[in-house]
Amino acid sequence: MEKRVYFRARLFPYLLVAPQIIVTLVFFIWPAAQALKLSVMRENPFGGNTRFVGMQNFERLFNDPIYLDSFQTTILFSVATTFSGLIIALLLALAADRIIKGATGYRTFLIWPYAVAPAVAGALWVFLFDPTIGIITYAMALFGYDWNHKLNGNEAMTLVVIAATWKQISYNFLFFVAGLQAIPRSLLEAAAIDGAGPLRRFWTVTFPLLSPTTFFLLVVNVVYAFFDTFGIIDAVTKGGPAGATNILVYKVYSDGFVGLDLGGSAAQSVILMAIVIGLTVVQFRFIERKVSY
Amino acid sequence: MSTVTLRDVKKAYGDTPVIHGVSMEIQTGEFIVVVGPSGCGKSTLLRMVAGLEEISDGEIHIAEKLVNNLEPRDRDIAMVFQNYALYPHMSVFDNMAYGLKLRKLPKDEIRAKVEEAADLLQLRPYLERRPRQLSGGQRQRVAMGRAIVREPSVFLFDEPLSNLDAKLRVQMRVEIRKLQRRLGTTSLYVTHDQVEAMTMADRLIVMNAGVAEQIGSPIDLYEHPETVFVAGFIGSPAMNLLDAAAFPGLSLPTDRGPLTVGIRPEHLVVADGGPIGATVDLVEPLGADTIVHAQLPTGDALLIRLPGNAKVTQGTTLSLAPKDEAAVHLFDKDTGRRI
Amino acid sequence: MVERRPYLTFLSHAFLVLGVAVVAFPIYVTVIAMTHGPQALLQVPIPLLPGDQLWNNLNEVLFVGRSTSGTPPTWLMMVNSLVMAIGITVGKIVISILSAFAIVYFRFPFRMLFFWMIFITLMLPVEVRILPTFEVVAGLNLLNSYTGLILPLIASATATFLFRQVFMTIPDELMEAARIDGASAMRFLVDVVVPMSRTNIAALFVILFIFGWNQYLWPLLVTTESDFYTVVMGIQRMLRVGESVPEWNIIMTTTFLAMIPPVVVVIAMQGLFVKGLIDAEK
Repeated sequence: MEKRVYFRARLFPYLLVAPQIIVTLVFFIWPAAQALKLSVMRENPFGGNTRFVGMQNFERLFNDPIYLDSFQTTILFSVATTFSGLIIALLLALAADRIIKGATGYRTFLIWPYAVAPAVAGALWVFLFDPTIGIITYAMALFGYDWNHKLNGNEAMTLVVIAATWKQISYNFLFFVAGLQAIPRSLLEAAAIDGAGPLRRFWTVTFPLLSPTTFFLLVVNVVYAFFDTFGIIDAVTKGGPAGATNILVYKVYSDGFVGLDLGGSAAQSVILMAIVIGLTVVQFRFIERKVSY
Repeated sequence: MSTVTLRDVKKAYGDTPVIHGVSMEIQTGEFIVVVGPSGCGKSTLLRMVAGLEEISDGEIHIAEKLVNNLEPRDRDIAMVFQNYALYPHMSVFDNMAYGLKLRKLPKDEIRAKVEEAADLLQLRPYLERRPRQLSGGQRQRVAMGRAIVREPSVFLFDEPLSNLDAKLRVQMRVEIRKLQRRLGTTSLYVTHDQVEAMTMADRLIVMNAGVAEQIGSPIDLYEHPETVFVAGFIGSPAMNLLDAAAFPGLSLPTDRGPLTVGIRPEHLVVADGGPIGATVDLVEPLGADTIVHAQLPTGDALLIRLPGNAKVTQGTTLSLAPKDEAAVHLFDKDTGRRI
Repeated sequence: MVERRPYLTFLSHAFLVLGVAVVAFPIYVTVIAMTHGPQALLQVPIPLLPGDQLWNNLNEVLFVGRSTSGTPPTWLMMVNSLVMAIGITVGKIVISILSAFAIVYFRFPFRMLFFWMIFITLMLPVEVRILPTFEVVAGLNLLNSYTGLILPLIASATATFLFRQVFMTIPDELMEAARIDGASAMRFLVDVVVPMSRTNIAALFVILFIFGWNQYLWPLLVTTESDFYTVVMGIQRMLRVGESVPEWNIIMTTTFLAMIPPVVVVIAMQGLFVKGLIDAEK
């Protein structure tokens, strides 16, 4: 789709795009190019000179058990966050879709966590699960479970997954509700007349028709878990204990700013960029084709 | 003087020519209608005059000033669009006043002009409304009002009535014509509707495939169509245009090569022993007159329009004759031009 | 509801109520914590009913800086957050409208190149290029400044694409009518395009405000002077007190204050918020 006619001007359109292009060049393209450049360089820790080392930084990374662990941790974290977020949101959306009266009221009470910053969400849950004074820790102790996410890696992972899921439910819920509302009532009624019960209707009609929404949310949630959860990790565990929650985005930051390993951090940035680009491509191909019936 | 002069105006998109060279002189106060089927280039021509399309070749003068390279705002024109193009977020008043505001007229002068135009168009009660709160006819009037307040040298109309229903269209076409007479503003009006063209125009231009087939007064075009295309396009129902062979009874010149013969349905009369015999297929009584669909012995279809409620029965054979000599139009079959 | 199944309807309500309760539980505990003094929050279990220290806590948090964490009074951090959020929101909207307008309403050399350059920003979240971006900002002497907080975050492919879509739906005739009325391109933008896009702008405003307010990593990096701390990162500073016991009443009060602006925006402008979310993903 293009306009039929245009304004005639030589310089003016450049003036209009200039702010956006300048910001993009200075703060996006240039740093990204720097990251690419640094990823093939190594800085001498004792002097200022850097030298070209080819793919060494990448080789080093993929031979580094800590980095490989971080990769695994990221995948575990994303899968857990994405699935728990999607399933809980879908169940809530199905419930909200079933009742007509009061659905907006429930919506109001379910959407606001979207507005809470990841770091703030982290603080909320840390307080609940604090090993000494956390109220949930206390409740678990009554049942004989001794919770301490500061020492136990699995518990730390569970806690960041809970906080990340809690924040993302609103988003998934909204899109699932919209997706459910787009399913023609007549199809469900036809299935009901054919004798399909609610569960059967869900699996044979609702779920297949909801698949575009589900797929879209899947990609968005993976992106969220990969990149937008930095604040949660930083507030809750700082990647610990012993790297149990050290996801890739967090590691780029801690290696670069805390460990000051510029080449290594840049190589990690490059890998992350490749992942984002891959996910974006998937998302765009999907939008073009719109998995649908 | 608000004349408009087109000198061999051409338009091409890349290598594809869409207007092949149109020339004409429009006098001050004249109402000129450009008519033709869709895709014939009539809107493009109008938009070139407006300055919304670039002119590939030739010259356009408005009020004796060459405007080829002037922006629309510097051409002293106003335009009424097919979909009215009213600003949806502005009130009727603001829609009409916008052009004046941009010309930095004093506020009270703007108000006076808009109110005057509103009175003329019976829009006074609607000045504070938004376009979407108005009916189609009212929106049309606002679009007119926006053109009027500017007091331009030339009005340009791009199929302004085609979004209205039939009844309103007839009413608006009378209104526009009356208003134009009163204001005396030179107008260029584009339409695909030949009835609209015939009823409104001082002179009209029939366009076909980027060529101005004929320019003249409606009656001129009706009585002396220069080409087969004009003959078929002007007049309703359309002229019968058949090979000479379909009318063996008529005495036609034989020294001019192959001919196309045109006779308007209303120019055929029932006459005992007439030169044309046709079998009646279908009769459409319209009250004021009767349309007869008939078939010639060659198998060609012939349309006849008889006055009043003619008693014609399906299946009978009618003897017909052209009303007079002028009723028979002859065209060169190859070039399509009048002989 | 396709057919009547009262038990399912009941189940639906029950499940939604449970969902709302779970989602709201952390906030309940936060609000309780806000009303107690530091001592009460050291007991196990902590109280689950309101105390009487709300005004003390608010007063303490809003107007007194914390020496343990080095954070300034929260009112200042809130102001900083507000400046940053509004700056990012307005900046993104303005530069996106301008560039989308250029791309839709003009033909000019390198137009598509610019289009793709903007597209690339979609793929480069700040988290993945922090170190080099930080160096650029440091090199420009923008550390500890509002400009440094805001500017690197205002390029937005999403907003540019959204406005491009919106502008495409504005009928061509309006632009032609405006040209004949004598409007320049800029006048047309200001008088017609922007007012016609105002719902989209408002919806985007809601989403971007939340995005801006919730920025965390970037302010953490570019602000080393406490005068420029934002409230979201301030909480992290308060949590990070080494071996000493965190001041939970202070932290939870700050947390609550940090949530108020974006949550109020979402709830008060629910319709626009939902529209914005869905628009932004198209």
